[in-house]
Amino acid sequence: MFLLILLCTPSGVGAKRVNSKRPVNLDITTIKLPLPAYTSILHRISGIILFVGLGFLLYGLELSLTSEEAFGSLKSLLLSPLVKFIVWGILSVLIYHFVAGVKHLLMDVDIGDGKESGKFGAIVTLVLSVVLIILAGVWVW
Amino acid sequence: MVTNITNLSRSGLYDWMLQRLTAIILGAYSVFLLGYLVANPDLQFTQWAELFDQTWVKIFSLLTLISILAHAWVGMWTITTDYLNDRTFGSKSVLVRFPVQVVCFIALFSYVVWGVQILWGL
Repeated sequence: MFLLILLCTPSGVGAKRVNSKRPVNLDITTIKLPLPAYTSILHRISGIILFVGLGFLLYGLELSLTSEEAFGSLKSLLLSPLVKFIVWGILSVLIYHFVAGVKHLLMDVDIGDGKESGKFGAIVTLVLSVVLIILAGVWVW
Repeated sequence: MVTNITNLSRSGLYDWMLQRLTAIILGAYSVFLLGYLVANPDLQFTQWAELFDQTWVKIFSLLTLISILAHAWVGMWTITTDYLNDRTFGSKSVLVRFPVQVVCFIALFSYVVWGVQILWGL
């Protein structure tokens, strides 16, 4: 699906714009997308959030390794509901990106890239992510 | 005429491969670190600091940071070229896309430098 989206867009990998009036064969904004397309888009969105979330994780790592006192302040920081929510949010996004990423690697070796198996893989990705995200919530709280 | 010159390696195939290889490193590090935190619920500073004092943990962590730089760059490049393109912003879309790519790169590079400072206590 990832590749399909790339190929569908004018500046994707396979399409150097030789002629600027070149028609777009498939405008993905005008068609009904199948479930694997949504898991693919979620994979991209989760990637962007992780890109930002990494700053929070590094800040936590810095506090945890600077000194005993900083470690203690991180621990008390983690007691606050807001901080717990942020940590759970970043973990959730990481979990989804991880699970969808594993699906991607499997599809790269031709596992689950058919029409039916692709849909099945998307369902498995969503269900597995939700279960792990709930477990992460239990762990954080 | 080649108009796309901001991708990492000037080769889509190499970018693709790099993103997969770094994905495996990032996945392994996530499992390692989260697994460690789950397995040690009552973690104390001394134990945590000793873990990050070991050379292999420093190497694994730095490898992960550099992998993030490559992985996220390829990912953000793909997203910016897919959505911040001529279809969305017209023929001058590079004026939107390029600044966003620069911000992404500076942020990612800063993460690496910050990570080095944390790991080596600078």
